[in-house]
Formats: sequence, C-alpha cells, structure tokens
Amino acid sequence: MFKKEYLVGLQTITYKEIRRFLRIWVQTLLPSVITTTLYFLIFGTLIGSRIGQMKGYDYMDFIVPGLILMAVISNAYSNVVSSFYSAKFQHNIEEMLVAPMPGWIILMGYISGGVLRGLIVGVLVTIVSLFFTDLQVAHPIMMVIVFLLTGVLFSAAGFINAAYARSFDDISIVPTFVLTPLIYLGGVFYSIDLLPAFWQNVSLLNPVLYMIDVFRFSVLGASDIPLLYGFSVIVTFIVFLLGISLRLLSKGIGIRN
Amino acid sequence: MNALEINQLCKRYDNGFLAVKGIDLVVKQGDFFALLGANGAGKSTTIGIVASLVNKTSGSVKVYGHDLDADPEGVKRCIGLVPQEFNFNQFENVFDIVVSQAGYYGIPRKKALARAEICLKQLELWDKRNEASRELSGGMKRRLMIARALVHEPKLLILDEPTAGVDIEIRRSMWRFFKKINAAGTTIILTTHYLEEAESLCKHIAIINKGNVIENMDMKGLLEKSDEEVFVLSLDRPVEQLPSIAGSRIESVDETTWQVSVRKESGIHALFDELSRLGIRVTGIRNESNRLEQLFLKLLAKKEVEDV
Repeated sequence: MFKKEYLVGLQTITYKEIRRFLRIWVQTLLPSVITTTLYFLIFGTLIGSRIGQMKGYDYMDFIVPGLILMAVISNAYSNVVSSFYSAKFQHNIEEMLVAPMPGWIILMGYISGGVLRGLIVGVLVTIVSLFFTDLQVAHPIMMVIVFLLTGVLFSAAGFINAAYARSFDDISIVPTFVLTPLIYLGGVFYSIDLLPAFWQNVSLLNPVLYMIDVFRFSVLGASDIPLLYGFSVIVTFIVFLLGISLRLLSKGIGIRN
Repeated sequence: MNALEINQLCKRYDNGFLAVKGIDLVVKQGDFFALLGANGAGKSTTIGIVASLVNKTSGSVKVYGHDLDADPEGVKRCIGLVPQEFNFNQFENVFDIVVSQAGYYGIPRKKALARAEICLKQLELWDKRNEASRELSGGMKRRLMIARALVHEPKLLILDEPTAGVDIEIRRSMWRFFKKINAAGTTIILTTHYLEEAESLCKHIAIINKGNVIENMDMKGLLEKSDEEVFVLSLDRPVEQLPSIAGSRIESVDETTWQVSVRKESGIHALFDELSRLGIRVTGIRNESNRLEQLFLKLLAKKEVEDV
C-alpha cells in the first residue's frame, strides 16, 4: 500500500540526491559535457569528414545519438553507484534503514536521482551537439521515453554494484571493465552492418546495443534492429535488475549485517 | 505497556560467530534502562536488531506492542537511535541532515523544518545549522546525532554510548538533557562504558556478557548487592606501615593517601575507631563513586569462574 509518508520519504531522498550532484557539479555534470565535446570535435568534425556516410547519414549525425545516450548511461550509473556506496561507507544509509520506509522507496529515491542526473547531462550534451550538427529529432516523445528507460536501467545496475561493493575499487571495476566496453561495442561509433556475421551475432548479446539503436531511431528515424525487439530487451533488463535490487534490499544483502 | 520486549533473541553472523544467545529482556514504558557489557558482549548487536540495522537469526522483538516481524514500520516509528559511530553524511550541513531524517519518517517538509529547528535549539546546535557536519567538534557531532534521533519525537530513544569522547562539562549537560526528556515521558535505553553515567541516570540495568544477560534488575537493588564501599582517605602525615584492620582492606595511593575498601557489615565506624586508636589522623574523606564498576567487574569475574 502506498502511504502519503512514503511519498515524503521518496521526495526527501530525491532532493538529497539532487543536492548532492548539484553541490559537486564540476565532478558530476561537467566531465561528460567536456568529453562528449571532444568526441564531436575529433570523431565528428576531424575524422568524420573523411569517413563519409554511415547508413545514409553524415558520420557526425550518426554518432550524435549514441554519444548522448552514452552520457546518460554513464551518469545514471555512476550517480547511484557512488552515492549509494558512499552512504554505505559513511554508514548514513542507516538513516534510511531505521526509518519506516520500505526498501522499494529507497530504491526509487536513488533511481530518481540517477535518472535526473542522466537527464540533465543528456540535455546538456544534446545542446552541445547543436553546435556541431543540425540535429532534427524524428520522434521526440520516444526520445524522452528511451532517455528515462535507459536512466532507470543503469541506475538499477549502479545500485546492485554499490550493494555488493566492499571497497571504492569495487565501484570502479564494473564501469571500467564492463560498462565502458559494452558502450563502445554497442554501436555508438558504427553500425553493426559493418561487422562480419559472427561479430554481428555476438553484438546482439550486448544490451547497450538495443538502447543505442532504439535511441538512434528516435533521433534519426533509422535503426539496425526492429523497434519492438529493442524495447522488449530494454524492459526485460529493467525488470530483471529491479528485481535483483529489491531482493538485495529486502534481504539486506550488502546493506544490513 | 512495555516499551520493549525481547524474547529468546539470537544472532549468528555469517562467519558463524554467535553474538547474542537467546536474550530475554523487558523495558517498561518511561524507564531509563542501562544495558552494560564489555566490548563484544552483544549490546550493539541487540540494539542493531531492535533498530532494524541487523537481521536477527531467531527470537522476537516487540516495541510498544509492535512486532518487528509483523509490523517493522510500527517498530521503527517508535524508535530514535543514537548509534555509537558517527553515521551522518560528512558533506551535508547540520540542518539538512536533521530535516532529511524527518522526511524519511514521512514528516512533511514544513513540519520537518520546524521540528529540526526545535531539536537543534534544544541541543544548542542552531548556530551551527549551516555548517558541514564534518566541521563540528566531537561533542557537537554527538549532539547532532541526538537531535536527528529526536526529530520524529520517538517514544523509545536508544543511546549507544552517546557521550563517548565527550568532555565532562558537555557530558553533564547531556545527562541533564536525557533526564529531562525521560521525565517528559520518553523511554530511554542507554549503553555506556562510563558506569558512573549508568549509575547516575538509570533506574534499571541489565548486564550482558558473551551474548547472555547475566543480571537484570533495578539499579538500587543491584547496588545493594555490592558488599563493600570504597573510600579515599587523606592523612595528616605519612604512615610507613599499612595497618591491618578487620573488615577493611587498605591500599596506599601515595604517602598520605589511602584507598580503603570497607565491608558493609563492618561499617565505617569500626575503621575510624581503629585508626584513632593507632593515632592515625584523617584530614579528608571521599567516597569512590565506582560502586557499579566494582560490581560489574565482580559479576563478570564470577561468570568467568562459573563458565570455567
């Protein structure tokens, strides 16, 4: 049953998360804007003009959706993993555990924080992209939906990483050795049509591919994978990761003694 | 109604260590209850279970009639916890920490702001409200945790070594504050290493040793169990040889100071009569206020012998 008190608790965690990433905006909001600007400059303007077209689009136009979504993915993930692990490390997670809030409210609060940071950075990167290309969004509502779904998915993934983490090393291992390769091999810079058949099939195991592909469809109106298939994969992953997160919270795994 | 009822509570950690071994405990509404024990005795684990920070292995916990298994939110709503370690976000400011805690308890923001102001003023932290919590002194950090624990007006306040590392002046002012809120109706459970603190504040006491409750009674009754009192005597001149006096045990602190343990049945008069007969003149006397400490150590030693 959803009580009014739960809503207050959810708002409190969300405000706290927003305060946190705005307080340290130089560390949280700015880096993605700078690195994406560099990608636009180097891969888009300098190298892109020599590459020519990709799936019938200028190379710069082709990579813009992937770069925007890459910023959303990494920010949603890192916001939750660093904030929740830091709450565990400083033990201020106990402030929430002693309060009459169910675990799913705590999870929703952290996910809201991750999604909002991803959304803000996504919007900033989109604004930057307008300096490099004449961005025309084919399906704006779908673009927002993919923004949100991707934010939720990677916030939940960040939460699971933080729950299992026992040191600060543990929260950097997954982003470095798992998340970054998945993003780079998820079709940000190329269409999987360019790959040999075997590697195309291997790429289909990468969930990030579907998100980037669906997002590219929302912006450019073209994709490698059927839309329904792409959304199904995203929703399945969200349900799976939320299920694990809720189980960790209810059992207190990595959270309570 | 009892504020807290614990029945056959057990906790075994993942490494196999049995920290709590079937504890039974009742704390009455309005009580000021001391939970004493050496480090690792199981006090903090017991408190952690009651406050939902530690999962119990078996047994039951009821707080103001709410069962921890059936109605955990009801239990949580009744409890305010001041933990042993500082557990607030070091980067947040004092006011935000207290207001957020109210929010976690579902208190709407307008009311939360007002409650936070009251609590911070009560704990003399209002002037520090905009400072980052890491900038506070040790005593202020302790008071911040107390303000945070009180913001939702709990019926049961659990203080896990609330005055650790606090200077004597602030400690005394905290004692006065605890007495005041207890008198106003808040039930308090206190764990402390300062036995003088427990003796001065608490009405009832339980002693935990190696996960078991080895003593549980009212403070007065427990202190009456002590069969001797300790006095510190100042002498007018050095006395070379310590006299042997029946019913008393004399130890030299320095040339002109003795610590004398007097058995209750012998009485202090017999001691002074004998000293007077020996021509030893006492210029000052004070009672060593460590009765509980002595009793505590005796009980633990007795338990050790029984275990052997």
